[in-house]
Amino acid sequence: MSASVAFERARSEERAALVGYLPAGYPSVAGAVDVLKAMVDAGVDVVEVGLPYSDPLMDGPVIQTAVEAALRAGANTTDVLRTVEAVAATGTPTLVMSYWNPIDRYGPERFSRDLAAAGGAGVITPDIIPDDAEEWLPVARSQDLDTVFLVAPSSTDKRIALTTEACRGFVYAASTMGVTGTRDQVGDAAADLVARTRKTTALPVAVGLGVSNADQAAEVANFADGVIVGSAFVRCLLDADSPADGVRAAGELAGQLSSGVRRQA
Amino acid sequence: MVSSTRHPQQDSPAGRPGRFGPYGGRYVPEALIAALDELDREYQSAAVDPAFQSELDGLLKSYSGRPTPVTEVARFSAEAASGARVLLKREDLNHTGSHKINNVLGQALLTRRIGKKRVIAETGAGQHGVATATAAALMGLECVIYMGEEDTRRQALNVARMELLGATVVPVSTGSKTLKDAINEALRDWVTNVDTTNYVFGTVAGPHPFPTLVRDLQRIIGVEARQQVLELTGALPDAVAACVGGGSNAIGIFHAFVEDTDVALYGFEAGGDGVASGRHASTISAGSPGVLHGARSYLLQDEFGQTIESHSISAGLDYPGVGPEHSWLSDIGRAVYEPIDDAEAMEAFRLLCRTEGIIPAIESAHALAGARKLGARLGEGAVILVNLSGRGDKDVDTAARWFGLLDSGGAPGSDSGTGDEK
Repeated sequence: MSASVAFERARSEERAALVGYLPAGYPSVAGAVDVLKAMVDAGVDVVEVGLPYSDPLMDGPVIQTAVEAALRAGANTTDVLRTVEAVAATGTPTLVMSYWNPIDRYGPERFSRDLAAAGGAGVITPDIIPDDAEEWLPVARSQDLDTVFLVAPSSTDKRIALTTEACRGFVYAASTMGVTGTRDQVGDAAADLVARTRKTTALPVAVGLGVSNADQAAEVANFADGVIVGSAFVRCLLDADSPADGVRAAGELAGQLSSGVRRQA
Repeated sequence: MVSSTRHPQQDSPAGRPGRFGPYGGRYVPEALIAALDELDREYQSAAVDPAFQSELDGLLKSYSGRPTPVTEVARFSAEAASGARVLLKREDLNHTGSHKINNVLGQALLTRRIGKKRVIAETGAGQHGVATATAAALMGLECVIYMGEEDTRRQALNVARMELLGATVVPVSTGSKTLKDAINEALRDWVTNVDTTNYVFGTVAGPHPFPTLVRDLQRIIGVEARQQVLELTGALPDAVAACVGGGSNAIGIFHAFVEDTDVALYGFEAGGDGVASGRHASTISAGSPGVLHGARSYLLQDEFGQTIESHSISAGLDYPGVGPEHSWLSDIGRAVYEPIDDAEAMEAFRLLCRTEGIIPAIESAHALAGARKLGARLGEGAVILVNLSGRGDKDVDTAARWFGLLDSGGAPGSDSGTGDEK
């Protein structure tokens, strides 16, 4: 099921969609599934399952820490697919967010087939650009998977058009120049980027990087179709005293963010 | 003038910019594309700008001391290389002690041309960091160097050198705490500060245009050496040997010989404890194609595409990736890549010290050890040109320990955690 279904439902309810990210395998494979299900129960509309990778150059310290721990515990691509299967079974569109090399190594065709079989909606690829995506786009299309690429404040209008043309499901707009992590403010650049992106596409545009609380979610919901939150959820798990505590904290945060995207700030 | 660094040839038969056959490309976040395009555009215009070329040539001559000489090492040849004639291209005699300055002067001039005031760089052995800090001091640029925490210990003297030159050294404690993690951290800085900052990349890896840009700036090594060997011997060498980590000194000396198909090209990778041990940095010899740090190339990876940590006594070769042009030269059979383990490199290191009075960088000692093997294969009288890419001052502590000249205790600059990088 394409993520666009969840965005359409949110739009019909005159609100933005809430997109939640966690890396697979943290605090354990089963533990991450528990947390993701709690996030879905509390109102997350679209799930991103991160594929833990040894060289996550788009990620800040919070996600790096969780991913390193997941890798040390042996999390691998098969675990990611199992996580997707468990979360997609809730009926929530579930995408994988992955750097390119693990998919390249697994085999793009095999990965797209196995992801589709697991009920996955598609893949967000932060380190490939449509210009260099000829190894990915045809196989993703053949399995009818969402292909989500990123646009950034530094993108030219021409590059935004090229990128949205290759996107299916939604477009990921990076709110600021930088890596993942919570920030006190979501930059003004985000609203401008969303406006520029909308001129090129009818796809939903979701904003990520830096959003961590309900007020920021409400602010972003004013100008975007979706609000993406990652590091703030991971932070809940890093700070938790026990796996159960992490599930509870992430669920609470999801509830707050979910009310945020329903509020007109 | 043959000294121009620009070589306007197609990167590969495929003809796509930034691709060498299937290798290279740009596997990076969209946020960096604007900066990479800007760098590429400025580089293209600088390459045909006589004023830029003349300023660079002037700095290479009056500041770095180019052209560097070629030295015939007769005692080393007789005692260590089966009587083959070994010639050393003396990049160790450059200002700052290695070939890294060639690239950095060009990129610092480009930074100024673009109008940015801050440069960042990654460093492994510290040579590229020292070179970048040097050029930044010369041109009045703010300079931040990312260096794996493990490497700041192994190369404490170079950390001090960078700080003396006014740079800030940031120890990177994520992942394997070595060069690959320093590159990750530098890329994170770049994506955050790209408006004010240029990334002075140190080797022929990374996203386009770096493999081409750095190669063109290092190409002068081979251009000079080819002419010097012709003058000295009346013929081209039988073989050219260089060590390969990311591969900038190797591509620099290879490139002028690529069309000379009678000249064999050999890249010697770090074999660490031996390829069979799994603890090595022999990316082409023992790795497989994939994507790391923005480019498709050979790399050390597991069955799930996770990068495998590399191991080498030489911090400058301790990298699990390699430049995409080397992967291509290997695939098409134009260059041959072989591992040299730590013990072989250190034996060659000792031999060059004792027979010639030249202390090489441990990186370059891998090329010397390779030349010994080539000497045995090619026989007496064969001419082998070795790129002596750097000098060994920075490695005295490591070498002294290897040969048992120091206790493992706390001599200055030892790896016992002087921790003086702050």
